[in-house]
Amino acid sequence: MDPDLSAPHSMGTTIIGVTYDGGVVLGADSRTSTGMYVANRASDKITQLTDNVYVCRSGSAADSQILSDYVRYFLNQHTIQLGQPATVKVAANLVRLFSYQNKNMLQTGLIIGGWDKYEGGQIYSVPLGGTVLKQPFTIGGSGSSYLYGFFDQAWKDGMSKDEAEKLVVKAVSLAIARDGASGGVVRTVTINAEGATRNFYSGDSLPLWHEELEPRNSLLDILVSGASPEPMSI
Amino acid sequence: MEKARVDLPPKGGFSFDLCRRNEMLTKKGLQLPGFRKTGTTIVGLIFEDGVILGADTRATEGPIVADKNCEKIHYMAPNIYCCGAGTAADTEAVTDMVSSQLQLHRYATRRESRVITALTLLKSHLFSYQGHVSAALVLGGVDITGPHLHTVYPHGSTDTLPFATMGSGSLAAMAVFESKYKEGLTREDGIQLVGEAICSGIFNDLGSGSNVDVCVITKGKTDYLRNHQLPNPRTYISSRGYSFDRGHTEVLSTKITPLKLKAEVVENDAMEE
Repeated sequence: MDPDLSAPHSMGTTIIGVTYDGGVVLGADSRTSTGMYVANRASDKITQLTDNVYVCRSGSAADSQILSDYVRYFLNQHTIQLGQPATVKVAANLVRLFSYQNKNMLQTGLIIGGWDKYEGGQIYSVPLGGTVLKQPFTIGGSGSSYLYGFFDQAWKDGMSKDEAEKLVVKAVSLAIARDGASGGVVRTVTINAEGATRNFYSGDSLPLWHEELEPRNSLLDILVSGASPEPMSI
Repeated sequence: MEKARVDLPPKGGFSFDLCRRNEMLTKKGLQLPGFRKTGTTIVGLIFEDGVILGADTRATEGPIVADKNCEKIHYMAPNIYCCGAGTAADTEAVTDMVSSQLQLHRYATRRESRVITALTLLKSHLFSYQGHVSAALVLGGVDITGPHLHTVYPHGSTDTLPFATMGSGSLAAMAVFESKYKEGLTREDGIQLVGEAICSGIFNDLGSGSNVDVCVITKGKTDYLRNHQLPNPRTYISSRGYSFDRGHTEVLSTKITPLKLKAEVVENDAMEE
């Protein structure tokens, strides 16, 4: 079980996009791995493209970072030329364009989410081949295979903002519990007419699922604080 | 007409033909010569008023220690330094290239370089070579926007972290950071922790060894502490070293060749001062 540190950096991931009444919620875990080694346990896979559009990245970290850097650059230019915020559709179509034109070079799937005054909150998914799909909700990354059934059961049309965010956090925590390549914390962003709000749920604040244990201090912490020498006197 | 169009050479971009050839040759049993890789422990952390970088000083060529006291903390700008792991030639070349780009950028803008600029230059170069430039870096510095620490992987992905490790000793070093790092460390505690993490790599990882280099970057001041710790000093059989008595070695023959003096005096009055 030698961790292959020379393997390309990839994000075994759980990413989610959900629309609700008036906006969208995006969610992601925070684990980035190289082979068997967790290279970053607190990474941010939700990247800002414009004030009103964010993207969830999965697959190769290098590819998805470069791709979103390019899309952000072109969207900024487009926003200046247009004199008003770019629409979510334009952002999704740019992602699709680069994903499709460089499909031989790229190993990345993205979920684009945002709000604009024409169509409100929208979620677009751009999977590996470079197609674009507009969906009321979508899931991606290695952890998504554990969530299809859950979303078929739990997603409802016309949810409130809080219901949608609760659903996203619950879904990511479920995937973290079952998918080895997902883990760490849950990061979300909620986008609506008022703007974007980012949220963070630490690992010990997430719900406990089947056979999971309560978080507790390690023996080392107890010894360092010197509060209770009991564990050593057994 | 159709054939002529097919025969045109491709415009721009990189050619990976030789990579395909080498892959074919290795499949047929050819042993390609290896590069000098720095089996390495490099680390960095953010402390209360800046960034501390650390590195070991061993360079290896396969199982051989090629250099026992090499420098792995490279200069990028007066306020930015970069630790390199991977192929020594690649880390050296890529940091030199970017540091000269940063210098030209400073001449043009007359402003201090920013860490994000260095990061973007590094990642776009590494990405365009698709991981063939094997440079794994820990980039740290202090600019107008505060202290920054990043890791850069050979494929061009980057991370932003409060503490980071890289190289073959990264697991040993990360174990130290994960158990002892906390926010707002003092300068002394920071240097101490970086030294501990590098020593963990030096003693537990075969690819790392020898001494500890440290670089402390704060607002307006950079201290490069070369060989901050020497945990593996060279030992001699005699504490005084070796001495030999006069006449210890027998003189078999002596031959003295006097040098012929050849001087030419040139009268020159044409040139005056």
